[in-house]
Parts: sequence; C-alpha cells; structure tokens
Amino acid sequence: MTRILAVDDSRTMRSMLQQALTGAGFEVELAEDGVDGLERLEAADPDLIITDINMPRLDGFGFIDGVRKGDRISSVPILVLTTESGDALKQRARDAGATGWIVKPFDEEKLVQIIQRLVV
Amino acid sequence: MHDTQTESRTVNRVEIVCFTVEDQDFSIEISHVLEIRGWTSTTTLPHAPDFVVGMMNLRGIVLPVVDLSLRLGFGKTEPGKRHVIIIAQIDDKIVGFLVDAVSDIITVDESEMQATPEVSSSRTQAFIRGVHSLDDKLVRAIDVREVLPQEAPLSA
Amino acid sequence: MNDLNQMFFQECDDLLEQLSSGLNDLEAGTGDAETVNSMFRAVHSMKGGAGAFGLDQMVSFAHAFENVLDDIRSNRLVVSADVVNLLLTASDHLADLVEAASQAAELPPDQGASILSDLKHVSNAANGTSGDAGQAVAEAEEPAFQPTFLALDGDLPALDEMGAPEGNGTVEIRFRASPQLFANGHDPAILFRSLEALGTLEVAADLSALAPLRDGPWSDPALSWTLTFTADDSVDEAAIREVFEFVEGLCELEISATATGPGGLPPLPAPSDMAPLSDATSADMIAAPPGDNLSTPEHPAAAVPASGAPAPASRPASSRTSTIRVDLHRVDRLINLVGELVIAEAMLRQSMDEMPSSANSGVDEAMSQLKTLSGAIQESVMAIRAQPVRSLFQRMSRIVRETAREAGKSARLVTLGDATEVDKTVTERLVEPLTHMIRNAIDHGLEIPEARRSAGKDERGTVTLEASHRSGRVVILIKDDGAGINREKVRQIAIEKGLIRPEDDLSDSDIDNLLFRPGFSTAGEISNLSGRGVGMDVVRNEIQSLGGRVSLQSVPGRGTSVTVSLPLTLAVLEGMVVKVADQSLIVPTLPLREMLQPGQAKVHTLCDGDNVLALDGEMVPIKDLGAALGFRSTPMCLGKQSLLLIEGDSGHRYALAVDGIAEQREVVIKGLEQNYQKIPGIAAATILGDGKIALIVDTDQMIAPPGQGGWVDRAWPDTTGDVHHA
Repeated sequence: MTRILAVDDSRTMRSMLQQALTGAGFEVELAEDGVDGLERLEAADPDLIITDINMPRLDGFGFIDGVRKGDRISSVPILVLTTESGDALKQRARDAGATGWIVKPFDEEKLVQIIQRLVV
Repeated sequence: MHDTQTESRTVNRVEIVCFTVEDQDFSIEISHVLEIRGWTSTTTLPHAPDFVVGMMNLRGIVLPVVDLSLRLGFGKTEPGKRHVIIIAQIDDKIVGFLVDAVSDIITVDESEMQATPEVSSSRTQAFIRGVHSLDDKLVRAIDVREVLPQEAPLSA
Repeated sequence: MNDLNQMFFQECDDLLEQLSSGLNDLEAGTGDAETVNSMFRAVHSMKGGAGAFGLDQMVSFAHAFENVLDDIRSNRLVVSADVVNLLLTASDHLADLVEAASQAAELPPDQGASILSDLKHVSNAANGTSGDAGQAVAEAEEPAFQPTFLALDGDLPALDEMGAPEGNGTVEIRFRASPQLFANGHDPAILFRSLEALGTLEVAADLSALAPLRDGPWSDPALSWTLTFTADDSVDEAAIREVFEFVEGLCELEISATATGPGGLPPLPAPSDMAPLSDATSADMIAAPPGDNLSTPEHPAAAVPASGAPAPASRPASSRTSTIRVDLHRVDRLINLVGELVIAEAMLRQSMDEMPSSANSGVDEAMSQLKTLSGAIQESVMAIRAQPVRSLFQRMSRIVRETAREAGKSARLVTLGDATEVDKTVTERLVEPLTHMIRNAIDHGLEIPEARRSAGKDERGTVTLEASHRSGRVVILIKDDGAGINREKVRQIAIEKGLIRPEDDLSDSDIDNLLFRPGFSTAGEISNLSGRGVGMDVVRNEIQSLGGRVSLQSVPGRGTSVTVSLPLTLAVLEGMVVKVADQSLIVPTLPLREMLQPGQAKVHTLCDGDNVLALDGEMVPIKDLGAALGFRSTPMCLGKQSLLLIEGDSGHRYALAVDGIAEQREVVIKGLEQNYQKIPGIAAATILGDGKIALIVDTDQMIAPPGQGGWVDRAWPDTTGDVHHA
C-alpha cells in the first residue's frame, strides 16, 4: 500500500487529508510541523510526502530541505500544499526541492490524481 | 368498535405492566418501565405536593417518588416492605411510582382500549388514558405524563 | 463533513486565541519576529480551512489580513500604534466572521468593508503599489521567475507548437532531465507512464552521454529520451500539459511533430548516436526492479507496483500527539462515575464501622488506601475539566476596546494570572457576567480623558482582570482606576425606585450593594452600553448559580473593584451535615461564619415572636431551618438548637437554627432539576455515606437582604416560616 506522510499544523487540514487519502486507499501518517515531520520520516518511510508551507518550528521549505538532505528517503516525491497558485510560488517550491504542489482548497479527486501521477 | 372490519384494523400490540393500587388494577406501558424495586426510604422534600413522597437514590441517580394512591385520589400510602416502586422514564425524567404490588406483564391491543367509564371521578378521568378489559377485570391505563408533579410556578 | 466542520471552528477558536495573544505582545511592545510569524500562520490557517469549507467571505478577509502581517514580518511595514489598532480591529472582525460562519451565516457585506479596505490600503502603501493588495504581495515577495536549468524558453511550448492540436497527432519529444529533476523526487519513468495513459507512447533512451556506470553518479543529466507520442482523441491539451507541469524548468524538452503528424513540421533528424532501447516500453520501465537506472535507487519503494508488497506490520500507524480532544460528555460521565465511587467508598466505610471492631486491621488499612485513591482519582478527573482563564480574559480585551471606543474613553486591559485554571463550564458561563462588569467599569467607572487629566491621572484608564487561586477557590478581580461609585447618586436612585426609604441609614457598603438589587438601574445616566437591559443583579445571579459569590469595593476617586469568588469545580461542595426534624441536610460552609452550640447564644424574643441573636452588638435574625422548609409547623425550642451564623452575598447576616450538627464533609452535588424541579430554599442534593439523599440548603434563599421580601413571604404562602423582613 502506498504510504503518505502528511505534514500540516492545522488539525482540520490534517483530518481532511487523512479522510481523503485513506478514503482513496492510501496509508497515512500525520505530522504537525516540519520538525515533527522529520522526526517521523524514518518510521513512516513514505512513498510520498504532502506538506503545508506555513508551519511553526520548521516551515514546509525547511522541512523539504531536511528531507532532501537526509540519507535514505531523500528523493521521495514531495507535494506542497499552498493557497497560492502563482508562478512565483511554483518556482519557489521547485527551488526548495518540491516535486509538485496542490493548491488549497483541494479537490479530493484531483489530489488523488496528482498523487497517482507521482508514485507507482 | 367491534365491527366487521376487524381485518383492516391495525393491530397495535403493546406490553403493559399491571399493578394494583387500593385493590384496583392499573397499567403502564412497559416501554416506560426501567425496573421495579422494593420500597426504600426516601428523603422528604420541602414545599412538595403531598403525593410526592420524597427523593430516592437509585445507584447515584436522585429521583422523586410519587405516591400513586394519593395521586389517583385514594388514601395516602403508608409505605412498607410489601410496597414496590416502579421506576419509569418519562421523556427525559426518571421517576418512581409507589404502588401496592405489580401483578402481571401482559400484551394487549392498544386499539382495543376503551374510553374511561363516566363514573370515574374527575381526577381519575384526567389521569387515565383508557381501560383494557381483561377476562374478569378492568385495567386502567394511567397517563404517565399527567400524574407527574407539574412544575410549580416560582415567583421571581 | 460535519465533524470536520466542527473541528475547523474549534481550531479557529484556538487560532484566534493565538492571534490575540500575539496582538497583546505587539501592543505591549514585547513582540518579536516569531510573534508576527505565529500571527501570520494563525490567519493563514484560518484562510486555508475557510477555503476548504467554501467560506468565501472569510477567505478574502483573511487574505487581506495575512498580507498585512506578511508585510510586517518582511519588514515592509513598521508596527505603529495605528497598525496595531488596525490589526486589533481586523482580529475582532475575523472573530465575527468565524462566529457567523459557525452559525452557517454570513455577515452583511458592508460590515467589515472599511476594515478590509484599510487592510488593503496599508498593504498597498507598504508595497508601494495600488490595486489588489494580495496580488501585489505575491509578486513583491517572490523573485522573478528564473529557470534553474536549461529549459526551452523557460516554459513548456504551447501545444499547438507541439503539433498536436487535433488531439491525435503524433509528436516526438526529446526529454533530458536535470539533476534537479531527480533531486526533487521526480522519476522520468513515472512521468512517461502518465503520458502513456493519455495515448500511445514509445520510449527510446539515449545512452550516448552515459558514462560507464562505475564512473559517476547515475543521476547526472546524462540520460535523455526520445518519446514518440500519439494522444488519444479524448485527451485535451490541458491534460498533456499537466503531465509536464511539475517538471517545468527541471528538464530540457524539445517537442516536434513527426512526419506522420498532420500538417506538422518536418521531423528533427534523429541523433546519430541514439540507440533504441530494445523493447523497453514504458510499462517495462515502470515494472523495473528497484535499483534499475530508471527508478530512484535511494527510494526503492517508489518502484514497487502499488498492488505489490504489503506494508510491514511493525510500522507505527497512528500519529502521536501531546493532547487529545475528548467529548465533554465523556468527561462528565467519568466525573459522575468517580463521584459514585467516592460515595460507594463512604458507604463501605460506614458499614465497616458498624461491624464489630474485631474485624482485622488489614481491612482497615485497605479501606484507608481506597479512600486515598478514590480521593486522588476524583481530583485528577476534575482537573481534566480545568482550563486556563487566558482565553476568557483575551475575549475581554475586545470588550474593553469596543466599549472604550463607543464611550469616547481611553482604556487598556491588564490581565494577571491568566494561567489560573478553572472548570470549563465556569469559564464559559463567566463570559456574560464578565463582559457586563467590564462594560460597567469603562462606562461608569472610568472618567473621560479630560476629567482624568485634571484629576492628575493618566488619560488612559486601566481595567485590571486578575485571577488567582485562594483557599480552594478561584478568585477573579475586576478592577478599574476610575472615579469610584457615586454613592450619593446611587442612594438617590434607590430612593426614587422605592428600594430604600429616605430616612434609611445605610453604610457605604450597604449603598454599594444596592447596585446588585433587582430593579436598580441607573438608567438616567447609563448609556446604551452597559445598560442593555441587564443589571448587576443578573451578574450576581449568574455567579451564584455557579456556586460563586460576588462583592464590590469602591474608593471615591480611586476606582472600584468587583471580587468574584468561585468554586474550583461545580461537582463537589464543602458542607456541614446538620439534622433538622430527623432529616439530614447540608449547609454549605462557604457562607458559614460561626457555629454556636445550644445555650451559647444570647437570644432575644421580639414582641411579634421573632427571635434575634445578639452578636457583637448587632441583632441578627434567627431562622428555624425546619420551619422554613415546612418540616414542622412550630420552631423547635431555641434553647436546644445549634445556630449557624450565615453571611449572605450582600453582607447581610442571619442565624440558621438547626437541631444538631453532625460533621463537615465534601459532598458530590446532584441536581434536583434533572428528574424533578427547582425547590425553593434548596440548591441541590447529595448522597450521604449511608446511601440516603441529603438536600443542600440554599443559604441565600433562606432570607432576603434588608429591604426585600424573602422568598418565603412572596412565593410560598403555605410555608410556616414566621420571619418577616420589611
């Protein structure tokens, strides 16, 4: 089963992601911010990561950086959750090492589609 | 009431708990009854109607006990070991009904319930929903909501 | 969805608190970069959630709000007093939007329109732009678009350039990945598969640039592919574009129409060094085992087919959190059960005590352990419901701002002890009374700035909210540094309203307490602010229904303070078990001042048969509890009774005559209204150690304060109570 690590500081957003993803048959591990996400990374061993950008302690870009600099799971696809859809944000996400992005509010179907495009 | 159209009439079977107060037969729908207990002493309430015997403790729930004899216009019950309390749930309230004895649990057809005979006193009329006639006796179905102590108006 | 909805509004409350806390720091000048960051995140999270629930009004407001916060954190905007005020107002409005949305309503569009335009204005000014602030920020924030790797024109060619406008044209795509593409977690094989899903695809790998494997990292941009793609009829341009959306700028992409394409460009000559990957269709590549060049060796799992290996069972599945949210009903049920446990323990103890003393001492020891444990459980369970008063206090800062603004006064709120924990229900039910008292303090307490200046005070008045724990109770102080109560005026009004007679001799404290009397409303001077149809009597009633007391102190020219004292929990109460007419009753110890044994008291009988107690030179009325509750028609002989000296909330005193005093103990409160109804003179019930029910006396209803008829006289003519107060 495809394992997804979802990182978001909002309870509501975490629950939404969990509902949408488990509903689509993914296995979901949740983390509350970048630090939490990095701590869980090893154990979660995800096939894909979804992360929010604005988070306390360590933001999404810092988190991605942490993942990419890691040893084992460094090239996992990472999707950034963002409320902006402009080119600037996309470029910034790319520069930070994100694989792709999902614009909030997301549509469950679309979310699943994007994920399926990134994992086998 | 008993005409030829019996077949088309809806049969509405309900179980009722029959009990006696002053040698008269009464009943309450079993759906209201939570349990039946022997008499236990109650705590007297100030400024309560005379038919409210007091409050009892049912496993931590504090509930009022109503003397049905007094409420239905008979004499005051001097409760003792032979008396029983029917614990009933009416809407969201739990109350105890002090009665002489519980005699039977039977199934009746609600649609065969007859109107209360005119002879009854006005107080009985108000508290009785109707009468089931069973073999040799008349069992009066009490209106549980009516017999409850009505909310006393509190002045501001 | 409903659960999520509820969760969202709960989260909004927390986020609003986070925002408000940050605002307080900004206002106090103690904020730092993280303060603004955390405020930004709070607003941003609300925006995100609101978007998910389609709360457009909230989204657009939060958007403008977060832009201003973003300007601050990016040092484009200096935090001036005006900016802080704007943020405060905006935060209030956001709270209103949340509140409205939680009621499934929207605010009228004009409400908050000026705040919204202020926010946009500030943001525009900060960015030196005009027009939509959001757009301005997004652009100012980000560097200009710069491809990081050689990409064709930095963008994907439009599909008509791809030569596939009709849908089923065949194009040849040359694709060369940058190292960044791999580093960002992309996998060309998966990319190709996505493309294949849209049509017919043939893939050929160009190995020419591939160094011998041992010589270098495989992911260097050595590999390129040539794809021959024919889109299915049903596939539109956007779908194909989407496939490459994420890799834009991370690869070299050349797309040309093949010879077979209708009206297409001539094919590019195939590079001579390009070797077809023998029967390596994309499907084969995807199914390639881990470690294959085309998958990502660092992360083999990505190459495992989705239907493949099951997840190892040992993986921790659930998330770890430091707090959990629990339905309040469950907590209450637990609290009730623990209450029962405590009672059962007491019953067991009582039965043990009645057994012959030969019982073995092991039981005694176990019993005392049980008692300690059940007490500890009760305490811990009660603590679950406790929460800091912080959020309650923070709500009040808004009330202070609004009231001061409406009243044309200048005021600030100082909060102390906001970490003090109180039962959740208590904090919830304190909102109304506290709001009212705060309004009072500003409306009536604080003077207008000019008056304050001429009195030598700071023009800006201070309202202090302080919470503390004091001897097992929570004490909340609402204090202002205003003019104090105008006693002459209060007295005058009380006379006009017929509450007192002109000749009544009242102490200062008596006059102050007139404010708590029903029907007292200084309507003549009260503005529409604190008036609002509620008086301090309503405040007192609410506090009393929480088992609390409220008192008031005032010093002319210096200010007024109201002290609210509340029980830590609503579930237990410290009480004195007394005997009256063979019944056990509980008298709460809180208002109990003194106990007098039979014969100790100096009792006088007045001509009308009323008895009074001479105490410290004062005549204190005596009330026979048994008679007051109708348990007996004539009061018992006073000489044989014990007297409990009670002091009511407004300071009036009386003595309660009871037949005997048994013990002091903590009792679990059981409401009477659940299954019965309110009983005058009785606050609630409890269950004693023997399983019997004891009623808890409402000491404030036993006797009315001076000048008011007691409940006995008015509501319950059947009572035999014989004490009258006129």
